[in-house]
This record gives sequence, structure tokens and C-alpha cells, in this order.
Amino acid sequence: MTKDDIKQVVLDIIADIAPDEDLTTVKPEVRLRDQLSLDSMDFLDIVMELRKKHGIEVPEADYVQLASLDSCANYLLPKFEAKGK
Amino acid sequence: MARGPIGKGKRGAGFDFMASGHLMEGRQMSSKPRIVITGLGLTAPNGNSLGEFRANLLAGKARIAVIDVRHMGKHPAGVCDFDTTKWQKRKELRIGTRVGSISIFCSREALSDSGLDWDKVDKSRVGVYLGITEHGNVETENEIHNISQFGNDTKYWTHHHNPRTVANNPAGEVTMNMGITGPHYTIGAACAAGNAGLIQAAQMLQLGEVDIAFAGGVSESIHTFGIFAGFKNQGALGAHEDPTKASRPFDKNRNGIVISEGGAIYVLERLDDALARGARIIAEIAGWCINSDATDAVLPNPERQTECVHMALKRAGMKPQDIHIVSTHATATALGDIQECTALRNVFTDCPDTKINNTKSFIGHCMGAAGALELAGNLPSFEDNWVHPTINIDELDPECAMPGLVINQPIKVARVDTILNNSFGMLGINSALIVKKYGVA
Repeated sequence: MTKDDIKQVVLDIIADIAPDEDLTTVKPEVRLRDQLSLDSMDFLDIVMELRKKHGIEVPEADYVQLASLDSCANYLLPKFEAKGK
Repeated sequence: MARGPIGKGKRGAGFDFMASGHLMEGRQMSSKPRIVITGLGLTAPNGNSLGEFRANLLAGKARIAVIDVRHMGKHPAGVCDFDTTKWQKRKELRIGTRVGSISIFCSREALSDSGLDWDKVDKSRVGVYLGITEHGNVETENEIHNISQFGNDTKYWTHHHNPRTVANNPAGEVTMNMGITGPHYTIGAACAAGNAGLIQAAQMLQLGEVDIAFAGGVSESIHTFGIFAGFKNQGALGAHEDPTKASRPFDKNRNGIVISEGGAIYVLERLDDALARGARIIAEIAGWCINSDATDAVLPNPERQTECVHMALKRAGMKPQDIHIVSTHATATALGDIQECTALRNVFTDCPDTKINNTKSFIGHCMGAAGALELAGNLPSFEDNWVHPTINIDELDPECAMPGLVINQPIKVARVDTILNNSFGMLGINSALIVKKYGVA
């Protein structure tokens, strides 16, 4: 799995939890909350969906790593690799 | 009916409630502000507007689906098909509850119907009072099912559970959607909840706690298997090979309740406020009573129901002969229908102008929404003088025979000025609400 694949995984999750948002213009380096209408409960949804769909655990102390698509990819890549994905 | 000063003032003119008290001698509610209905929004299994709902009631059109109930298979149920995205974003729908969505749709439709200039309304003076039979079962069952897919590990339990299941959820979702900052809460009153919501709102308006109230009843009960299983194991779940005939109150072969979802929410105001803004007044709240059987958790007590109706009449300053339509609660259970008929026969003796009908025969039992929806379907009678029937009676149960029962076909009457709306519920809660046509003496 590449970093781009992981960004798409996160975008697919966001598409489900924020279905009114236009995700075609999301900038990977910009904080998601600065360009999308997402609140803390939505980020918990991202954490939950990573757990349910991919078996990936994100400890609370690491939530900050999910700030942008780029930071998501950097943080999640070794976790996906550890899962053999 | 005792005479009051209604209909004397022109729209836009002020009204002196205290001065009118002497004209309503004998009314326990005479010294309190008069409360009127100025808007209505609803979703029922057979209609998403009052016009559609009413047309189907007069045409004898039931609409009951067959749904797949988790763990239980196919059962008849009343399903609403309103446009969920008319007033909510898809994200709101995902986060919120089904009953929250029903509540928002009905409240927004009621607001549109009321003609209120919402931008100019002080939202801190608006209250939301919604009756519910139960709440939280749907979301709790869904989560139990969800974590069962993950070895019952509670780390998969949604963080949305608590805001979805707090008892004020339906009313709270309305306030968030509409920007209402006044009070909001639900009134848990079993299947008397629709009336209870309206009564609560009328009381809060009379107390001056709010200036505008969104009130009524709502239900999402078809989405919880527990209520189906509970009624089935109680021997009270209705069934028929034709789902539209499954709900058949007063029929000799009735076999129980058809569970439905729905909502009916009204805009209520004090009469003087409604007149001052030139509002269309749909009806006036004339009287009410809520009491308790204090006898059995499920078997209704006709003696207490009789007392409830008598007290509502007394508070309205009316006698039984003044009531033109009795909207019954009857749910098509073997004993419940007979108990209500016994109570009604106790009250409505020698009442040639009193007609009796039932709405559950069309839409099933909408639980928390039942009373509010059943009242709504009868309100147009004030204008058209038609009384919709109770349908699905192939053979009238002799124990449910009552003079004035309108069976299978609507009837035209000389006038309809008053409606008595009965709603009763488990744990022996009884409610009777009387509304009258505005402007009649």
C-alpha cells in the first residue's frame, strides 16, 4: 500500500462521514479541519472506521497525526505495512 | 357547550383574556390564556402532508407495508416515506436518529404552515415539547448488533450512542436544526404521548414560559425489534395476509397492533399573539385531562378512562353532547378496544350528534405520534364537515358497538365544531384532549 493509497482510504472514510462535502479539491498538505466541515466527533468516526475496516488502532495521543492527508499517510503507512497491506 | 367570547374579535385585534372570564363561567380554564393551533406538519404512513393524509382517510386508503424485522422476519408495519433531505443535510442524517429526522421534518413543515416570519421570531421564546412512547431502543439495538460483528468488543461501540439515545434527542435535534434556544424536552407518556406533548405546550404557553411552541408526538418504533417481540409475546401483534387489513380496531377478528412510525408537530400560540400577527387559526385547544389507572401495566381501566374524558369535558366547559367527533385510541387488541368502548358508552349516552372514528385502522399504531396524528387527520372536519371512518371492519365486534361509530365509509354531517382526541398508554396513562373550531360559540 502506498501513501497515495492511504490518502484514498482516508478520503473514502471522509466521504461516508461528511457526505455533503466536496472532496475533489482537498489539499493533502492542509489541515482537514481548515478545508472541510469536520468536528471532533467526525475525527472519532475516522478513528472508528480505521479500526473497523482495516484493523488499525490510533491511540488518543496520536489523534493529532490525522490532521491532514499527508500526515495521515505518513502516520498510517507503517501501521498498514505491519498489517501486511 | 358553554358560551365564550370567541369569534368576537377581528384578526389583528387584541383580546382581553381576563375580561372574558365571566363569560366562560364554569370553565376551570377560563382565567388562563386561550391557546390555538396555527401550524401543522406531519408524516404518516399514508401521507406526508395534511392534505394527502386527509384525502387518504376520506378515501379509505390504508398504507401498511411488510418489513423485515431483525431476528423476527416479515411483519406488517407503517413506514413513512417523507423526503429526509428536504430540511437536513446528509451529514445531519448520518449523525442523528430516525426520530430526530421525523421531528425536524414535521417541525419545519409546521413552521411553513404557520406563516411565522422565522427570521423575526425571538428563538429564545420558542419551546419544543415532543411526546415519545420510548426512545433509544433503536440505537441501542443497532449498536448491540454492530458489536456482535466484532466479538462483542465494546471498543466498536459508537461514540454517537449517547447523544442519539438521551431522552431529549428528538426535541434537541429540532432545536439544533432550527436554531431554537428556548426550552426543549420530550414527554415520555407511552402511547398517550402525542396528546401529552400538546398539553405540555399549552401549559407552558399559559404560564408564559414561551411565546411559540412546537409540540406533538413522534415515533421511530418500527426500527426496534424489541417492540415487535414484546407485543408478539404478549399476544398483541397484529397480522393479516393483506397488510392493509392487519390493523382493524373494533372488528370481531382483530388480533393486535400494527406498529408504525410517524410524527405530527403543531405550532401553538396564545390566541392574542396569533390574532396580533393575523395568523390562520386552525383550531383552539379547549380542554384536556391526563390521569392514571393505578391498576395494571397493560390492561386499560375503563373507569379511569371515563373519569379522564369527563374531566376534559368539564375543563372545556362542555357536556358530552357538545362533542361532534371522538377520535378513539383503540389499537385493535382484544381487550383494549372493549375497555375504551366501555368508557365511551359511559360518557356518550344520548349524543345523536357525536360521531366516533379511528385512524389506526389506516396507519397502524404510530406510538408516540399516534395521538397527534389522529387529531391532525380529523382537523379538516372543521372545514369540510366530513367524518372519516374506521376501516377494516368486516364484522363489528358486538362488544365494540357504539352509536355514532363511523364504519368503513366517511359520512357528511351538518357541522363539526369539536373533537375529543383519546390517547391511552401502558402503565395506565390516559389522556383526553378537546379542540374546537375557532370562532364558534
